Amino acid sequence: MAFLSVRDLKVHFPTVDGVVKATDGLSFELEKGRTLGIVGESGSGKSVSSSAILGLHRKTSAKVSGEILLDGTDLLTLSDEQMRRRRGKDVAMIFQDPLSAMHPYYSVGNQIAEAYRVHHDVSKRAAKARAVEMLDRVGIPQPDRRVDDYPHQFSGGMRQRAMIAMGLINNPSLLIADEPTTALDVTVQAQILDLLQDLQKEFESAVIIITHDLGVIAEMADEVLVMYAGRAVEYGSGNEILTHPEMPYTWGLLSSVPDVSGDTDARLIPIPGNPPSLLNPPSGCAFHPRCPHRDKVPGDLCFTTLPELAPGTRTETHLKRCHLTDPDAVYEREVLPEIAPDLVEESHS
Amino acid sequence: MYAYVVRRLFVGVIMLIAMSLVTFVLFFASPIDPARYACGKNCSPELREQTRNALGYDKPVIVQWTDFLKGIVQGRDYPDDPELRAAAPELVTHCPAPCFGYSVVNTKTVNEEIKEAFPVSLSISVAAVVLWLFFGVLLGVMAAIRRGTIVDRGIVAAALVLYAFPSFFIGLFLLKFIAIKWELVDVPVYTTIAEGGIGGWLSSLLLPAVTLAMLYMAGYVRMTRAFVLESMTEDYVRTARAKGLRQNKVLVKHTMRAALTPLVTLIGLDFAGLMGGAIITETVFNYNGLGKLAYDANTTNDLPTIIGLVLLLGTFVILANIIVDMLYAVIDPRVRVG
Amino acid sequence: MSDRTSDELPVSAGMPNDDPRPRGEDPVDSDEIDYVAPLEAHAASVADPNAKPILEVRDLKMYFPVKSSGIIRRTIGQVQAVDGVSFQVPEGGSLGLVGESGCGKSTTGRLITRLYQPTGGTINFDGRDISKTSARQLKPLRREIQMIFQDPYTSLNPRHSVGSIIGAPLAIHKVVPRDKILPRVQELLDIVGLNPEHYNRYPHEFSGGQRQRIGIARALTLQPKVLVADEPVSALDVSIQAQVINLLQDVQREFNIAFLFVAHDLAVVRHFCPEIAVMYLGKIVEIADRETLYNRPNHPYTQALLSAVPDVKQAAVGGRRERIRLEGDVPSPINPPSGCRFRTRCPIAQEICARVEPPLLQIGQRHKVACHFAGELGKHPDRPVTAPLLGVDDTGAPDPGATPSPLAANEPGYSDTWYDLERKTMASA
Repeated sequence: MAFLSVRDLKVHFPTVDGVVKATDGLSFELEKGRTLGIVGESGSGKSVSSSAILGLHRKTSAKVSGEILLDGTDLLTLSDEQMRRRRGKDVAMIFQDPLSAMHPYYSVGNQIAEAYRVHHDVSKRAAKARAVEMLDRVGIPQPDRRVDDYPHQFSGGMRQRAMIAMGLINNPSLLIADEPTTALDVTVQAQILDLLQDLQKEFESAVIIITHDLGVIAEMADEVLVMYAGRAVEYGSGNEILTHPEMPYTWGLLSSVPDVSGDTDARLIPIPGNPPSLLNPPSGCAFHPRCPHRDKVPGDLCFTTLPELAPGTRTETHLKRCHLTDPDAVYEREVLPEIAPDLVEESHS
Repeated sequence: MYAYVVRRLFVGVIMLIAMSLVTFVLFFASPIDPARYACGKNCSPELREQTRNALGYDKPVIVQWTDFLKGIVQGRDYPDDPELRAAAPELVTHCPAPCFGYSVVNTKTVNEEIKEAFPVSLSISVAAVVLWLFFGVLLGVMAAIRRGTIVDRGIVAAALVLYAFPSFFIGLFLLKFIAIKWELVDVPVYTTIAEGGIGGWLSSLLLPAVTLAMLYMAGYVRMTRAFVLESMTEDYVRTARAKGLRQNKVLVKHTMRAALTPLVTLIGLDFAGLMGGAIITETVFNYNGLGKLAYDANTTNDLPTIIGLVLLLGTFVILANIIVDMLYAVIDPRVRVG
Repeated sequence: MSDRTSDELPVSAGMPNDDPRPRGEDPVDSDEIDYVAPLEAHAASVADPNAKPILEVRDLKMYFPVKSSGIIRRTIGQVQAVDGVSFQVPEGGSLGLVGESGCGKSTTGRLITRLYQPTGGTINFDGRDISKTSARQLKPLRREIQMIFQDPYTSLNPRHSVGSIIGAPLAIHKVVPRDKILPRVQELLDIVGLNPEHYNRYPHEFSGGQRQRIGIARALTLQPKVLVADEPVSALDVSIQAQVINLLQDVQREFNIAFLFVAHDLAVVRHFCPEIAVMYLGKIVEIADRETLYNRPNHPYTQALLSAVPDVKQAAVGGRRERIRLEGDVPSPINPPSGCRFRTRCPIAQEICARVEPPLLQIGQRHKVACHFAGELGKHPDRPVTAPLLGVDDTGAPDPGATPSPLAANEPGYSDTWYDLERKTMASA
């Protein structure tokens, strides 16, 4: 069995208006040393799912069901105290905005050392020494001096390095990075992504990286999971999904993002409409109201029936949730010429 | 930090001087003749004129004001008449620097008046602050932790009900029932530490302090609850939980510390306002504090006393603000280290 | 205080940031208003080298004072947020300003709209210098230069209806009679792809993308000649960004508006602007037309910036470009490095870079770069190309034998002749 195996994970929030199904039946697997990229927009359920793996949802506000098997143990069956002991030790998380994710009143070193002392019975002095060591490892210059600085005295990139140090100080086997570079400048983003890759090699941990940026996914992920309205809509190896996407939402993501190398006359093709309500999700396929290809599916299948997450036409491990029977043909004929005309020409010549 | 405080104090003094001028101008802009009160009933126009002259109210406002400022620095004699002092020194009251004036109505210097009333108000206020802070924050935190439960709703509802009762009602209720009818405590009479020891002093403060505390506690329960709830949704609280910290540690170290910062501001300002604002409570219990003094001075148009109180309470507000800002620097490193 | 709202939304506390609250809370019928522009409309605008500049900025400076903390607060230093920036924006054209946070791009944008009074330099708008115009005289100017802000959630007053937000400029500037305001507002809503009947709704009833459309409508109300767009899409979801970019291109074309497009996203800027300036620590380090800047950047900072952008399509075809790693962070703008400001992080810096500031040298028909070792990636010269022009030797020390050439550095716009890096002579088209 895989090191991390999530099966039919559901995170539902009961509200007075009804149940918000933030994550609705999510399954995936991840091995040690591998990176899973979860892509989606706000409200797609990507962060809610990862918080569920960490057991961060309060029982009073969220109903979490399914299985989260980490190294054979179902985290959802653990007691609060058992889960707390694993949190930050076996599973750690780094967050999007390192300025708000760090407490403004405590020094960086204090906060990193705290993460160590929760799970290790050591003196404050020893924990601080360990914090300095980790700051050094993540590339903070003069770590023995900077350890006493407060978060606001760090630059954005340094704060995210410090967050990574905090996340990795207990050598977790699973690291979840939730939009780790979204708040950062590109050159700093590149530094942080490099650092994460280096550290993953060194610590052999499994990494889940959550982002809306397909570029980050392209650089980092071995496997990719595309989420829409609380469900996986496409799942497979990173290479497969980026080169032969089979789900119109993924196509939409690819075609709506400008890039730095393509043809400047290429138009941006936006995905029309807005992400759906999770309280009253659309019937059938949740993407159908925004899908330009729904007419290619016979009958009103897209409107009435939720497609299964099933292998498409390419490989057994490339799953898609779409009624289209020949997505590859549609992609090559209609989508690829729009997003990368130069590629199409190459393949013809 | 030191330079900052000096600068703030300097600005504060300037503000106080401006406040005293504004009070003078406003006082004389009003249609009421202050000399009439000082002169008493059956006052003939000549006598009133004489009184006005004796009190110096006939001088231009600016002159009166500069005399007042001079008095603060040098001290003053009342009446300020060198001949009278030579002839009959027993009729002249000397008011040593810093002199804030002389109340003809009460035949005392303002300094003396304040010296008598101040400890009363300070004692009640401090006792009230301690009470409402302790219970307000405690109940507010409890409500926040058990948000949405019966505990939360009960606390919030009770606070609201208490808040809805006017303080004279609560004061009278405590006095009439707790003290007089059921005799659970003695009828409160203000006792200084010198007179009754710490115990006597404290017990004399109990009912007035409870009355005041009730009024403010409701607000503090609700604000503490709101601040804690807000702070619970902060990203850094989630980070703390993600580290695997125990619930209590998250609450005390991460949530509460941030939630209490805004309370510090409120406490400082409420306390300063309370010093002269406990009029009703002081009247109900018949304690001769600053609130009562202010009320009396107003009804008798006792300008020197009014000015003295304005400056004293202004000083309190300014000092409270400075102290609050300094506390911020202690609490929040972003203020302390740029 | 917050009881009511928190009771109504029990999911809000302890929730991770992925907001599960339904987007569909907004009662605006999304199908009805979503704007799918005709595909033909969006070809990127082309730089017309002959268009006359509507905006000409010369040696623009903005220094923010840093105060001491003593009893008497003295100015002890200056944040040189913008330090001698010159550029032109042609009528109906668009110039992109890119750079990392703190490079001064947003400050430059705000200076153009005169939200700040510049410390130095001139801003020539439509033939007059507006850099020293008084607040009162600015009012007519505000009609001509408008701004679109980054955050659609905080830049609209939640207590005002969309109609009054968009109509306010009309009322303030008394451009149309009162009874004509509403029709104009509805027309504008229609232009930006919102339902004209929704003028009486409030900002919270709209999604992020729709709010940004409202912000655009507000900016268009007075038919400005220049629009400063400060990160107009960076707060939006990816699938929405393209909608807004397309809308901006449509309004630019339709109303012939010149854009100063400030953004950190190099891909978005490339898509939108035919001409782009790269800023670093308050200075323009490279400015060129789009093809030149992205395909043949000559400044090591531009090269590093471009190499750092993760490129999904590149990755999709299998190739991963080598990144140029920049070490460390951007230095403080209070004490910027001497000479070239980028030298502390530059992979090719030499002695001269610390001593002499490189001039913004025109090296092509529409290409200027401020680097002593300007050259395409991997082809940077060994000796400073600027040394003979500046009259210094290769280490930056004054060279008594050399005669400095008169350089037209830091002029807005381009000259007909430029310095050819290969041949080391002046060249012309």
